[in-house]
Amino acid sequence: MKYTAKPVVVVVGNGMVGHRFCTRLKAAGGFRIILFGEEPRPAYDRVHLSEYFNGKSAADLSLPMTGWFEDEEIALHLGDPIREIDRERQLVHSSKGLSIRYDYLILATGSSAFVPDLPGVEKEGVFVYRTIEDLEKIKAYAPRAMSGAVMGGGLLGLEAAKALLDLGIPQTHVIEFASRLMPRQIDSAGSHTLESSLKQLGLQLHLNKSTLAIEGRDRIESLQFADDSRLAVDMLVISAGIRPRDELARLAGLTVGTRGGILVNERLQTSDRHIYAIGECALVHGNIYGLVAPGYEMADVVVNNLTGGNKTFPGFDMSTKLKLIGQDVASFGEPFAAEPDCRTIVFEDRHKGVYKRINISPDGKYLLGGVLVGDASAYNILLQTVNNRLVLPPNPEDLILGSRGGAVEGAGVMSLPDEALICSCESVTKAAICSAVMEKEATTIDAMKKCTRAGTGCGGCIPLVKDLISSTLSANGQYVRNVVCEHFNHSRQELFDLVKLHNVRTYDEALTQWGKGDGCEVCKPVLASILASCWNETIVRQATIQDSNDRYLANIQKGGSYSVVPRIPGGEITPEKLIVLGKVAKKYNLYTKITGGQRIDLFGAHVGDLPAIWEELIEAGFESGHAYGKALRTVKSCVGSTWCRFGLHDSVSFAIGIEERYRGIRAPHKLKGGVSGCIRECAEAQSKDFGIIATEKGWNLYVCGNGGSKPQHAQLLAVDIDKETCIKYLDRFLMFYIRTADPLSRTATWLNKMDGGMSYLKNVVINDSLGMAAQWEQEMQALVDSYTCEWKEVVNNPELRKRFVHFVNAPRKKDPGLEFAELRGQVKAQEW
Amino acid sequence: MNTLTTIHWQLACRVDDVPQDGGACVLLGGEQIAIYRFTRRDQWFATQNLCPHKQQMALSRGMIGSHGEACEPKVACPFHKKTFSLLTGECLSGEDYQLQTYPVKIKGDRVYIGISA
Repeated sequence: MKYTAKPVVVVVGNGMVGHRFCTRLKAAGGFRIILFGEEPRPAYDRVHLSEYFNGKSAADLSLPMTGWFEDEEIALHLGDPIREIDRERQLVHSSKGLSIRYDYLILATGSSAFVPDLPGVEKEGVFVYRTIEDLEKIKAYAPRAMSGAVMGGGLLGLEAAKALLDLGIPQTHVIEFASRLMPRQIDSAGSHTLESSLKQLGLQLHLNKSTLAIEGRDRIESLQFADDSRLAVDMLVISAGIRPRDELARLAGLTVGTRGGILVNERLQTSDRHIYAIGECALVHGNIYGLVAPGYEMADVVVNNLTGGNKTFPGFDMSTKLKLIGQDVASFGEPFAAEPDCRTIVFEDRHKGVYKRINISPDGKYLLGGVLVGDASAYNILLQTVNNRLVLPPNPEDLILGSRGGAVEGAGVMSLPDEALICSCESVTKAAICSAVMEKEATTIDAMKKCTRAGTGCGGCIPLVKDLISSTLSANGQYVRNVVCEHFNHSRQELFDLVKLHNVRTYDEALTQWGKGDGCEVCKPVLASILASCWNETIVRQATIQDSNDRYLANIQKGGSYSVVPRIPGGEITPEKLIVLGKVAKKYNLYTKITGGQRIDLFGAHVGDLPAIWEELIEAGFESGHAYGKALRTVKSCVGSTWCRFGLHDSVSFAIGIEERYRGIRAPHKLKGGVSGCIRECAEAQSKDFGIIATEKGWNLYVCGNGGSKPQHAQLLAVDIDKETCIKYLDRFLMFYIRTADPLSRTATWLNKMDGGMSYLKNVVINDSLGMAAQWEQEMQALVDSYTCEWKEVVNNPELRKRFVHFVNAPRKKDPGLEFAELRGQVKAQEW
Repeated sequence: MNTLTTIHWQLACRVDDVPQDGGACVLLGGEQIAIYRFTRRDQWFATQNLCPHKQQMALSRGMIGSHGEACEPKVACPFHKKTFSLLTGECLSGEDYQLQTYPVKIKGDRVYIGISA
């Protein structure tokens, strides 16, 4: 081996904690680090392992190794576990035959899944949930399983159950030995709330169940329980706890706990002073810490000790907040404290599936701990209140009920002491964040991540960091204005009025008059949208200020191909047109799919083929569907009275009329509409930005509904109105929205932020309380009258057509990197 | 500054092939290079076309602009809006990505890219 004066530190285990240790020791400098890992891949983020099933790849999860291999201070041996430690000669022997002398040895061997000694655990279809390899096996087996079970209703067990749901297994069961879910984190009442939410999501829960055997011929067929019941399942994931990986330490004669774990002192030293143990393999203060944050803290303590410090590990707060299958669950401080040691305040809302409990000291002064299920938005501030022993307000119930007096959320963050730990993954204090805001002008999350690393770990502290940034700014007299970006000190609404008032027609004019710098990807599309809403000149005239999709008049997809969506108003299409779509799709090898808005989406078009594709579509009578724009998408309809025996009016004709009226109009965000022919609401109009439902006497108009991540029903604006009135109200409503909404905010968000809410909106639209109605109707009519199809303009203009190439110096050549895979007889994009 | 590497200037395209205040992609010796025509600043830039975040050949289709008080020219990838300095190739969105940048020379209506040998 090469002679080196630097002390040699050998690290055994390349999990998150081993990785953290190496990163920190490398930063401290002065050591030669040799890392051995059992798994074949670089260290990865196990906390977010379940995301592997919703599309994240192993590469996405891998942890960064920036700068590791400069100066050759770290050597990495993957797929080569250490098999023996020779303590006398301070040597480790690896499986591949390497022998390395160490000055210090760090055991970060982690833990393995605990597999109970049940008859039948060796059967096919029985898995554990621990590593990416485990997940790959589960993924490979899942397609043949109609039902699956997870043994263990703890944190990891529920994560595993989520994974089975994500894999599309129709019947997913969770089996728990205890009488409640997550017994280490939450109490019985919290578990009840969580159970009903999980049941609604399709999980079948079996509590108080002790498994006796796994039955089946070669592969698992059923589970047998102690109460003589049986459950037929095709696969089983065991997640019944963890066991520290202490076998290497045992073999070397280090002291281990009676129930496992390498015994260490508060400096994380084992019974051999040259050997340390950190993370889930270490038994410290009688505890095994099965979370990543305490493991990181242990890594930092050892780095500190190796570099001459004398930091100790005092134990760790096991407070935790997570999202399990879409449900918030949190527990902090002393969640199970009971009277007479404390007084308990409980809030329960079975309708919404929310349970909150806080334990306060008997004198009512301090918060001791608590449990949150269904809504953990208060977690950060509650945890800070416990950890910093903040004195409670006179009505501590406000902490979980929210202040009913209307105080600003997040106002409390400034009362935290400077040393309050905000980001526990990266150990960033409140003082560090506030000084980054003031001294380094880190006023965005991105800048803050760069400056302090806060929020780069689990990301759980980001809301708190945001609150701190804006509170610090306003505490220092900096008015936090709702401005578009660094280039314009104006809100979208102000810019809209300026553009209109000064008759500004181009982005450059606006930037020169009211902005600074050279613009960016935020203000360019905002102004592009405003200019289009004001003047309705086709967006192709200022192509490079448009967001990518608007620049190419198509939706960019994975790999850089585009999708094409012609307008099919109201979802009505002739057989002739259907045939054209099929022919075009075949000719250009496009994947076809029916969209949620009753249209047909053609995917996988090369940028260079777009004009030719559109030429054929326009020839057949199609026009742009604006699926790429922040504009009207579709007005979905049910078949209505022309065919349906329940239909009251002709919903299809009305939907087509409305879609053709508002097509092409640019707005702060996309717009969707729906028209249903009766109250059965088959067009799902109440989930749209505007929805119209036929009544006996006319039509009911609903507005500001939303699907998406935060579904919201549209609210009733007007009852039993005729078509003309309906269109008049829609004109006013849409112009009001276009004029006043923030960039990229849908009508639902816009309404939620509006002072006075729906009654204010009704007053503006129906009673014309702002006196704007006539002007808005006129403006809308001008937009309607000036509509042209953007694609028609491009197809007929050779100069514009020339822009649709991948290589400007080889216009006929397609991107050679753009490749497709096959799926059910069609193409699909390559994974990234 | 003296440098030992020689730069070969290769004809990439015509000035009008690149839209004003926008980008376009050229193929040079098998490499995809994004060229940006910053009309507002009367400057030209060039970088690799590959966005290192998701390995997509897309940067030439991104929006360009400036960053900060110093008005550092930048491009935003159309896929996830990661932004990169057009001067240094450094990622400005707080991640450790780095773009290859190339010098650009304009002669008449021709655009040349400098490839170091």
